[in-house]
Amino acid sequence: MADSGSEDIAVIGNTDLTPSESENNLKNTMVEKGTSLLKRMEISVAEAEKRTGKNAVNMQETYTVYLIETRPVDAASEGTNPVPDSLWRRYSEFELLRNYLLVTYPFVVVPPLPEKRAEFVWHKLSADNMDPDFVERRRVGLENFLLRVASHPVLSSDKIFYSFLTEENGWKETVFETGFQAKADSRLKALNATFRVKNPDKRFAEMKHYGDELQSVISQLLRVRAVGENKVSTAENAAQSIRKSPFSPTKRAADRLYGVYKVHGNYGRVFSEWSAIEKEMGDGLQSAGHHMDAYAASVDDILEEEEHYADQLKEYLFYADALRAVCRKHELTQYELEMAAQDLTSKKQQREELATGTVRTFSLKGMTSKLFGQETPEQREAKLKMLETQIEEGEELVKERNEECDEFVKSAWVDIERFKEQKDHDLREALISYAIMQISMCKKGIQVWNNAKECFSKM
Amino acid sequence: MSAGTPRSLASSGQKSIQDICHPLSAEESALSRSPDVLNPSGAGEKDLSLPNGTPVDTSSPASSSSLLNRLQLDDDLDGETRDLFVTVDDPKKHVSTMETYITYRVCTKTTRTEFDLPEYSVRRRYQDFDWLRNKLEESQPTHLIPPLPEKFVMKGVVDRFSEEFVETRRKALDKFLKRVADHPVLSFNEHFNAFLSAKDLNKRQGLALLTKMGESVKYVTGGYKLRGRPIEFAAMGDYLDVFTQKLGTIDRIAQRIIKEQSEFLMELREYGPVYSSWSSFEEELHDPLEGVAGCVSNCSSALDELTEDMSEDFLPVLREYVLYIESMKNVLKKRDQVQAEYETKLEAVVFREDKKTPVPTDVEKCQDRVECFNADLKADWDRWQNNKRQDFRQLLTGMADKNIQYYEKCLAAWESLIPLLQDKQEARGETN
Repeated sequence: MADSGSEDIAVIGNTDLTPSESENNLKNTMVEKGTSLLKRMEISVAEAEKRTGKNAVNMQETYTVYLIETRPVDAASEGTNPVPDSLWRRYSEFELLRNYLLVTYPFVVVPPLPEKRAEFVWHKLSADNMDPDFVERRRVGLENFLLRVASHPVLSSDKIFYSFLTEENGWKETVFETGFQAKADSRLKALNATFRVKNPDKRFAEMKHYGDELQSVISQLLRVRAVGENKVSTAENAAQSIRKSPFSPTKRAADRLYGVYKVHGNYGRVFSEWSAIEKEMGDGLQSAGHHMDAYAASVDDILEEEEHYADQLKEYLFYADALRAVCRKHELTQYELEMAAQDLTSKKQQREELATGTVRTFSLKGMTSKLFGQETPEQREAKLKMLETQIEEGEELVKERNEECDEFVKSAWVDIERFKEQKDHDLREALISYAIMQISMCKKGIQVWNNAKECFSKM
Repeated sequence: MSAGTPRSLASSGQKSIQDICHPLSAEESALSRSPDVLNPSGAGEKDLSLPNGTPVDTSSPASSSSLLNRLQLDDDLDGETRDLFVTVDDPKKHVSTMETYITYRVCTKTTRTEFDLPEYSVRRRYQDFDWLRNKLEESQPTHLIPPLPEKFVMKGVVDRFSEEFVETRRKALDKFLKRVADHPVLSFNEHFNAFLSAKDLNKRQGLALLTKMGESVKYVTGGYKLRGRPIEFAAMGDYLDVFTQKLGTIDRIAQRIIKEQSEFLMELREYGPVYSSWSSFEEELHDPLEGVAGCVSNCSSALDELTEDMSEDFLPVLREYVLYIESMKNVLKKRDQVQAEYETKLEAVVFREDKKTPVPTDVEKCQDRVECFNADLKADWDRWQNNKRQDFRQLLTGMADKNIQYYEKCLAAWESLIPLLQDKQEARGETN
């Protein structure tokens, strides 16, 4: 997962793992899973820079660009360290890439991007898009996104993705040339439409429900830490509240923790002042005060690490969305199949009616023909012929859609299984590192208070 | 027996202040005595340490500091082993037609001949403690009388009969009696004796032998201007002013911390259960998530305990000292008044020759009073400083201990979670 700044050694049972080591473990896992791309190439988002320029409406704007570095794997292991290939991309280009992937591989749970704007922020300061902490965390999130795509069995072989990493100029045009935009628009329209499937696939319905619940629970976790407002009951509310402003009047847990630590710093000052009027007690008080100052200062590191944990949760919050999108797409596919089948059935019925002369179902035609007289045999022939063609086409369509549906179900389910495994692994790792962080925080607390206690006992 | 004639104290009246060798004034030298002398048999359960720099044994912090609270080892500097032990415990609620109130059991063990029996057990209510303190102030105005916990509590804001309130009060009353019992002069006061031993405190009667001229000084209100306060008493006043300020600041800081911790606790209580509901729809992650929920819950309880302890043990002691300082300032004022009276009368004698001037013996008596007061006060001041040092060492060490215990509890919870979190991983790794 993303790296953290802390150098603390965490002890898990018998293994000692530094944060950078666990980051390497994750990367190695991705490589071992063996996409050909990651076996050949090392990918990283090395830097971020601010740029200014004119935008589409010819106005000055400031934006951030990120440096993507790629390096052949062999070169590094040979001991030579050649300069990596690199190019700059901005966030909107990442978005474009992702949209392309969403449309082109609708059966894949596509890895999410880090959030566009700073929402769900725990630490007071990283709330601004231009804030260096926010930019840094975004850089890490973008690198993570690229690694996820590069380690995906299907997505990693995509040419557009490859050229995103390697071709600085003209990439945008290449993407548009694929014509995915048209597909994107229709997909969006269809997904937003409300429709009901007659025979919903139980597995996909369950998955969608799981996605809803996961999204709800993670946004609760993030909001209790960040906002602490009313609980979220449905997924729609969760999605909505994600877009709400993070600055709620209710105080946050992280704020409270911050307060607890920082107020102890006031002890430092008052002990120092008090020690001035004391004889024997003075030294003990004074040095205890210093430890209280150290205690107060330690909260900044703690909150930074908690922010890191929040980022890990956030990734899966957005992943839940991607999962739901796949389920929704499946529904759409199924719906279209059902529509085609329904249409075919009704056409076949019409043919039968026309052929036998019986009106089984109520139709306007039937009524008008009753009222205004029967059609001529020639007219009926023409109609029959037309119906026959339509039925043929309809059968073709149903066959096509059936195949589509089956294909989709097959590939989607493979990817969903892959996603489940990945999710279980990653979230477990996240919980472990959260526990390690708590342990480290407790140990530091014990140490500081033991130091203070020693000073007090010498008063 | 005359009121308050101590075995070895200085209120002699005739000597000048330089000649009075006050046993309590030898602070530093007394501190270097060997520790063995001071472990009287009655205390016996644990090794206690001295304020001579030997730190308190805090290997089992909770029990040793609470034990210290109960036994209140004091530096009995006059070389005698302790012969008077007092404890306050066993609060009970009494309901009568007129009122409801709490009484406490006061147990005394003593070898002093001033007491008829070696042991006493009586029940007293707050009113009785208040009576005692007033009597002590009246009869020993030159001494620092320890404070009582606050008398009035706002009805509706504080529950006078809640366990926490009663326990906090009991501790303060216990401390009060122990401080009096440790005082070389106050402990021999007949009102104190009556308080400890009489079946019924007949408070209205009071005891016959009260205010002998040589013993007590009538409190003169105003009318006399002080010429020059001796430096040491001015220094005491200054110290008390600054110290009060600092205590007030510490009180505010502690309150703020408690508030922030309580609000953090509220958030934690919302946070933990979310992991539980998450685990309900996960398969492989079910146990880890439940584990995290349990951990957070344990940490919440630990935090709750810490906050409660700080409220119940830390803040009351701070406030007690503020009250102590108030009464000390009053005693300093009284001393100033006595000195002012003396100076004025002295002046009158020196400069005037007519009948209205006070008789020289009257002036001499004033001088005596001043000297006694100064001696008593100085001795009590030194004793107070030592007690203060011990009390605050104990208080702050206790605060550190509580925080350590909190973190230790949390640490244990999270550490026990790690194997649970890693468990399936290793199993899966092996099957792969």
